[in-house]
Amino acid sequence: MTSETVDVVRGATPRPSPPTSRSPLQRTLLRVPLYLVLIVFALFVLVPVYLMVVTSLKPPEEALLSQMWQLPTELSIAAWESAFAALQPYLINSFRLAIPATILSAVLGSLNGYVFAKWRFPGSEWVFNGLLFGLFIPYQIVLIPLVVTMQNVGLYNTITGLVLVHAIYGIPITTLIFRNFYARIPQEVLDAGKVDGAGVFQLYRRIALPLSLPGFVVVGIWQFTQIWNEFLWAVTLTSAGQRPVMVALQNISGAQIVEWNVQMAAALQAALPTLIVYVLLGRYFVRGLLAGALKE
Amino acid sequence: MTATTPKSGSQEAGQPPPAPQRAKRGRGDRIVTLLMIAPSVIAIAVFVYGFIAWTGYVSVSNWTSFVPDLSFGGLDSYRWMLTDFRYLSGLRNVIVFTIVFVGASLVMGLAIAIALDRSPRLSAVWRTVFLFPLAISFVVTGVVWQWLLNPSAGVNIPLANMGLDELPLWYVSTTIVPGVSWGRVEMVVPVALLAVVIAAVWQLSGFAMAIYLAGLQGVSDDLREAARVDGASELQLYRRVILPMLKPMTITIIIVLGHMALKTFDPIYTMTGPGTGYVTDVPAVYMYESTFRANQFARGAAISISLLVLMLALMGPAIRARRKVEEETAQ
Repeated sequence: MTSETVDVVRGATPRPSPPTSRSPLQRTLLRVPLYLVLIVFALFVLVPVYLMVVTSLKPPEEALLSQMWQLPTELSIAAWESAFAALQPYLINSFRLAIPATILSAVLGSLNGYVFAKWRFPGSEWVFNGLLFGLFIPYQIVLIPLVVTMQNVGLYNTITGLVLVHAIYGIPITTLIFRNFYARIPQEVLDAGKVDGAGVFQLYRRIALPLSLPGFVVVGIWQFTQIWNEFLWAVTLTSAGQRPVMVALQNISGAQIVEWNVQMAAALQAALPTLIVYVLLGRYFVRGLLAGALKE
Repeated sequence: MTATTPKSGSQEAGQPPPAPQRAKRGRGDRIVTLLMIAPSVIAIAVFVYGFIAWTGYVSVSNWTSFVPDLSFGGLDSYRWMLTDFRYLSGLRNVIVFTIVFVGASLVMGLAIAIALDRSPRLSAVWRTVFLFPLAISFVVTGVVWQWLLNPSAGVNIPLANMGLDELPLWYVSTTIVPGVSWGRVEMVVPVALLAVVIAAVWQLSGFAMAIYLAGLQGVSDDLREAARVDGASELQLYRRVILPMLKPMTITIIIVLGHMALKTFDPIYTMTGPGTGYVTDVPAVYMYESTFRANQFARGAAISISLLVLMLALMGPAIRARRKVEEETAQ
C-alpha cells in the first residue's frame, strides 16, 4: 500500500459514472440499491447512538425500558450530572494514564521506526519481526507475570504502572507505523545530512524528527484512542481509586441500582474524549488504522 | 532517550586516509543505532518473550492457591483443561465467534465499501458514520448493546409491536444449533453468541470497510473501462475483475479482525459474562476468572498458553498467505 491509496480514502476522487448509454432516469434508479445499502447499514450503526443520546437526556420518570425508543417530552440534564459526578475522578485517571503513555510509546516507536527504516543492520528485519510478534499475542499470556512484577516493584495499582505497561505493549504498533512513515522519507534527504558528518542520532534530531509531526499525530491519536478504551490491563492492574474510566463505567453498568438513563449518560461521557478526537482528526485516525494494517 | 552522540570520525579535521575514517564512523553509527532501539528491544524481550516463558513455567507448576507454589506439577493443568466442560465450551465459542464475526464483517465491509466507491453524495459524511464505532471502547459498546438486545426491551419492543410472537432471546438464549453432542460439549453455534457477534460487527466492521475501500480506490478507472468495453456487465466487472484484486485486502482483514476475535475479552466480560451453561464464555475470560477470582494460577496459565497456540495455529497460515500475495504483487 502506498500513501496514495491512503490519501484517497480520506478524499475520495469521484469515479466517472458507468455506461453513458442510459437515460438520467435509469441512472437514478440504478443508484437506488446503492443508497439502500448505505441507509440500512447507517441505521444499524446509528441506532445505539440515538438510544444513548435520547435516553441520557430523559428525566428519571421517563427513563423506562418500555419507553426506550420514545423521545423525551422534556430535556433533562439530571442524568448527565449524576453520571459526571460518578465518573469524574476516573476520567481524570484516564487522562493521567493516556497522555503520558501515548507520548512515551510514540517516542519509543519513532526511535525504532527510524532505525528500522533507515539504518538497517544485519539481522534488523529479524529484530523488527520479533518486536511485531508483540502485536499478536493474547494479552492473557503475560498477565500473571505482569501482576507479580508490578507488585514486586511497587507499581501495582498505580497509574504510573499502567502508563509503563501501555508504553511497553504499545511499542510494536508504534514501531510499525513509524517505520512505514520514515520509509517514505527519501534517502537523499538523510544523505545530505551525512555529508556534514552528522551521526545517526544527529540526523534523527536534525532531519527526521522535524519531519515527523504527521507521524506523531497519527501515532498519537491511535495510541490515545487505544489506551483510553483499553479494559483488560486496567481491570487487572488497578483497583478502587486508581481505576481508569472504562472500568468505572463497567462497574456502573453492572450495578442494578444505577438508573438506565445515568448509565447511558456515563457511557456517552466515557466515549466523548475519543469521539471528539475522531471527529476533529478523523483522517489521521483512519491513516493510523491503515498504517497499522497495511505494510508498505 | 538522552543518548550521547559520539562525534563521528569524519569530523576530525582533514585527516587522511578516508578508508579507516569510514570504518570508524560506521562502527560509531552502529553503536548509536543499537542504543536507540535498545530500550524497546529489552522491554519487549522481557515483557513479551520473558513473560511468555514465565507463564509457560507457571502452567506446569503447582500454583493452585493464593500462595505462589512454583514446584513442578507436570502437565496436570493441561490434562484438567482438556476435559473441563467450561474450557471446551469456551473453545467452541471463540472459534465459532471468530468465524461468524469475521465473515459478517467481510460481507458488510465489502458492501459498504463498494457503495462508497461508487461516489454517492456526501461520501465524507457516510464514511464518518461507518468508521466512528472504531473510536469507541468495547465497554461502551457492551453497555449499550446489552440494553438493545435485552430480551424484554431494546429491539424486541418494535419486533413485538410488529406482531412477532416468539421474540428472540438474544444473549439470554441457551439454545445451541444444531445441538449435536461432541463428547460432553454441545455443538455448534450457541444462539446467545450471535448477540455478541452483532455488537462486535457494529464495532469493527468499519475496519473491513476502510481496508476494502482503500483497495477499491486502487483499482484504476482504465481497468474498469477496459472491462466494460469488453462487454462485461457491472456484476461481472466486480466478480471477475475487482474481487480477485481485493484478495490481499481480504487476507489483511482476516488477520487483523481474526486475531482480535481470538483475543476477545472485553465484549464478553462487559456484555454477557460467561452465560448460562457457558454459552457465551471464551478462554480469555475463563483464564481471567480462574486466575484472579479462583486463584488457580497454574490453570489460568495453561489456558493462556492454549490461547497463544490457537492464535499461532490459525493466524500462521493467514500471515504466510499474505506474504505470498505480497511477493506475487511485487513481481
